[in-house]
Amino acid sequence: MLRRLYQEQPETFEFTPANLEWARAQITKYPVGRQASAIIPLLFRAQEQEGWLTKPAIEYVADMLDMAYIRALEVATFYFMFHLTPVGSVAHLQICGTTPCMLRGSEDLIAVCKRKISAHPHELSLDGKLSWEEVECLGACSNAPMAQIGKDYFEDLSEESLETLIDELTAGKTPRPGSRIGRFSSERAGEQVALLDTKGDREEFNATTALAVSIGDAFKRIDGTEVPLRAPWQTSGQRGPIGVMGTERPKSAVQQAAAAKAEPKPAGNSPVDRTGVTKQQAVVADKGKPEAVLAVASGGTAMAAAGQTVAPPPEEQPNGGGQRPEGLAAPRDEKPDDLKIIEGIGPVLEARLHAWGIFHFDQIAAWGPEQVLFADENVPGFKGRCTRDKWVAQAKIIVEEGIDRFLERAKTNDY
Amino acid sequence: MLKDQDRIFTNLYGMHDRSLKGAMMRGHWDNTAGILANGRDWIIEQIKASGLRGRGGAGFPTGLKWSFMPKASPDGRPSFLTINCDESEPGTCKDREIMRHDPHCLIEGALIAGFAMGAAAAYLYIRGEYTREKEALQQAIDEAYEAGFLGKNACGSGYDYDVYLHHGAGAYICGEETALLESLEGKKGMPRMKPPFPAGAGLYGCPTTVNNCESISVVPTILRRGADWFASFGRPNNTGTKLFAMSGHVNTPCVIEESMSVPMRELIERYGGGVRGGWKNLKAIIPGGASCPILRPEHCEDAIMDFDGMREVKSSLGTACMIVMDQSTDVVKAIWRLSKFFKHESCGQCTPCREGTGWMMRVMDRMVTGEAEIEEIDMLFNVTKQVEGHTICALGDAAAWPIQALIRNFREEIEDRIKARKTGRMGAMAAE
Repeated sequence: MLRRLYQEQPETFEFTPANLEWARAQITKYPVGRQASAIIPLLFRAQEQEGWLTKPAIEYVADMLDMAYIRALEVATFYFMFHLTPVGSVAHLQICGTTPCMLRGSEDLIAVCKRKISAHPHELSLDGKLSWEEVECLGACSNAPMAQIGKDYFEDLSEESLETLIDELTAGKTPRPGSRIGRFSSERAGEQVALLDTKGDREEFNATTALAVSIGDAFKRIDGTEVPLRAPWQTSGQRGPIGVMGTERPKSAVQQAAAAKAEPKPAGNSPVDRTGVTKQQAVVADKGKPEAVLAVASGGTAMAAAGQTVAPPPEEQPNGGGQRPEGLAAPRDEKPDDLKIIEGIGPVLEARLHAWGIFHFDQIAAWGPEQVLFADENVPGFKGRCTRDKWVAQAKIIVEEGIDRFLERAKTNDY
Repeated sequence: MLKDQDRIFTNLYGMHDRSLKGAMMRGHWDNTAGILANGRDWIIEQIKASGLRGRGGAGFPTGLKWSFMPKASPDGRPSFLTINCDESEPGTCKDREIMRHDPHCLIEGALIAGFAMGAAAAYLYIRGEYTREKEALQQAIDEAYEAGFLGKNACGSGYDYDVYLHHGAGAYICGEETALLESLEGKKGMPRMKPPFPAGAGLYGCPTTVNNCESISVVPTILRRGADWFASFGRPNNTGTKLFAMSGHVNTPCVIEESMSVPMRELIERYGGGVRGGWKNLKAIIPGGASCPILRPEHCEDAIMDFDGMREVKSSLGTACMIVMDQSTDVVKAIWRLSKFFKHESCGQCTPCREGTGWMMRVMDRMVTGEAEIEEIDMLFNVTKQVEGHTICALGDAAAWPIQALIRNFREEIEDRIKARKTGRMGAMAAE
């Protein structure tokens, strides 16, 4: 089903202070670096605040979660609870039309909506107060037919009770949700045959009606002040990044250099080149190679322990074949080269190389097959990395042609 | 008939105190630390011995599923428990009652199950439409934290455990376990290929188990009252108590906990108040949510509501939430409405499902009005066979099965309608 953004959009969107605080608390439910998980709750709160989901709101939430706009738009258009068009100022009626409700008369309810609100779904009533649509199963089939209006379920409806409901809504009243035929919740109507001697005080309403009555936010725009914010999960101290995947990955020197160059520059009079790339366009820096960092976690709560960068142990049994490259006791002139410039070497692998006494590009450039084999076998978790990423070839270019020329060639993997 | 003292969900209708205090009065959260002290293996063994099978529809043994989780993390990745509270299968309305009225069953179960599989945290994925249920459940979680039952040193057991509530936004497909994980990661809910299975690489690439809300909620009571107690209900291989629901043309639709293997007719007559107009007025029953094949009255007469019983009549137990239809029902239209549902809910990832659900719905459109050819019935059947089994997840199958069962069980109804439309007479129906 094609879902597009509405043609007329407001200029801006901003969470109310209380909603912003609420949104920030939601983000802490997910591991560090996985804040994108919070997108559905945040978009939904934006919709609750505005009545419908606007483009500025989607972009605001995307910025808040450090997501590309297209990822947020994908989510907004995929999930049907996001209203991408304006809805009635008082309420939007969602009539469940799937088989269990259909069997008990939801088609009559839809006819009532067509008659009393508007001829077509998603269309505002003449006074702009109401709108309606038919939705798929809302999961209250034992109380069919039913409708969701605002935050609440109105159950066991009939044509007459829906008409009354619509009249009450138009008149500015707040009808009480729940069953229209006097059932408490989903028990059988009439004489009870189960759960006759349950312990505990008798409640006045079922849980959902009780919340609607006590909070009183059924038809209001949610600004976050309705219920006090509680986020008890923050007290457990468990939250952390998941392994290395959650942490911010250190950028290689090439990426840093590319990022520095990626600032758009006016093309001036220079012609567009053969590939159609002008200088306005940033050069792609990330070639999709995961930047490798070792994950070592030691027992305890995994989420908290994982993700700390751990230096490799200095002495260990070498694996497999190959010959350990000859190392230096210390870098020459105490100035090690920045080995991370070589693509495929990150901070952890650099530390590992330092432990072997490798500090300079020319040392790597001088490696023969035996040393490469050793390096391939002895980088835990990244076997074969040295060969695959052509460390030696890269180092040779750096030694022979200089770093600037290498960075130029690295953009096209020309090594 | 299940006695009240054997019910797990003692406040299913929420008529009595739903707070932590009330839940503890009914026996929840009683010596949870003691249960955890028996160790992971003991818990999994007990659940295996109880014969508990997943309550979400597929019926996979729960204890076995937990045992697939890695014993210890080899690489620092944490494990997660994800609880599927995305109840969206048409006809199904049982988990809602747990979440809003007996939430502490679910939360305590989340702790015990998470402990048994070595999970760092549980994510509860509730469907977005359940706004009040969300609020009720979050209140209960807050209460549990305040009482020290969750968080650091949960229940004084020395185990750190968090329970997070997350919600969706109206996509049926997110009830599929891998789509649920995608959605939980903040993406479109499109199912993933398996393998890798979630127990190897699930949420955030970490070992994950996805369980149905009801499967988790019964765990504390099973461990408290013993696996033997739970296994004493129902037939072998179909043990335990279960939430059933009835909707459609019964006199008193309701949600009810009963023992497994209860006869279908008994369930309807005792709790549902009988079929509208009497048992003889029954036309068809869909036994467990939209995707379960539809049954004729003669199938229902002696049908047993459990996994094996429903398989014997070529249907499936699914979520055990029945949709009952009396003689006034247009079954073709009822199934057409399900086709429309599946077309609406197809995520669009696999071509056979994306195109097939729409195609099937359009042919069903014409079957409802009778503007079709007799040969098209077989053609429709063939198309369902081309969708079934050719998609990443089971939504394609779920869309195909109701139509296949309709053609298998109510073919004459479709044919009559086509003939009547062609001749302008009511055909075979005229004899009645």
